[in-house]
Amino acid sequence: MEINSGLFLLVGAALFSIGLAIVILKRHAIMVLMGIELMLNAVNLNLITFSQNDPVRLQGQLFSLFVMIVAAAEAAIALAIILQVYRHFKTVQLDDLNELKK
Amino acid sequence: MVQIVFYLFILFTLGSALAVLLTKNVLYAAFFLLLTLLGVAGLFVLAGADFLAVSQIMIYMGGVLVLVIFGVMLTHKADAPQTDYTQPNTILIKHRSWLWALVIAGGIFSVLYTALVRGNFVLLGQREVSYRSTVDTIGRLLMTEYLIPFEIAGVLLLVALIGATTIAASSRTN
Repeated sequence: MEINSGLFLLVGAALFSIGLAIVILKRHAIMVLMGIELMLNAVNLNLITFSQNDPVRLQGQLFSLFVMIVAAAEAAIALAIILQVYRHFKTVQLDDLNELKK
Repeated sequence: MVQIVFYLFILFTLGSALAVLLTKNVLYAAFFLLLTLLGVAGLFVLAGADFLAVSQIMIYMGGVLVLVIFGVMLTHKADAPQTDYTQPNTILIKHRSWLWALVIAGGIFSVLYTALVRGNFVLLGQREVSYRSTVDTIGRLLMTEYLIPFEIAGVLLLVALIGATTIAASSRTN
């Protein structure tokens, strides 16, 4: 039962940084989407960590539940947009989508 | 005992998250992301959020990851440089340079690390976590205090469903 709650926060910070690195580093649009999902999960972990001191109202857990709902909607819309981009440009590599620069 | 499981889940989560970062294959990254989300669900259980852990497994692994894998499959050129018979499931992508990713992500992590280590959270010290089920509390709160956000979330999901199908199907006409 002796779990150090500070470690939850550190794991959340590490997951957020890894997700941010994925978003910056990768050139594939779906990989960027995966990085965003990872960052949202890190935020959920932080909310739940602070919510365990609030067992009556559980505000953190409810908030992260709504974060999950919005993340699911966002993933569906983003993948539809990525599919449409692939049909139009025949690629999803983000550096090749430079039509406005030409 | 709980502590050993806790450290194992931390290692599992961070290791597979690093594997998502380091691998060059999009499909492997999707499967490592699945392992990461599973580890986060285990951490949710250890933080006393059982309902959220089950929702995480059902929403992320059952929904979002399947969508992501469908996206990887549908946006993959069939005539990739390697033949499909010698190297199946190999969908390689390029990285940018590591400099900016390491600078920005490492900088944010160091700032967060110092803030979390130096910060003295009074709330986290004075606790006696009871691993009681949170399902009844969440159900009661969703029907009383959070009723309007709950309904708005339902409308949002409906709008997202219709919008996703409309966007994904709109090129059939031309």
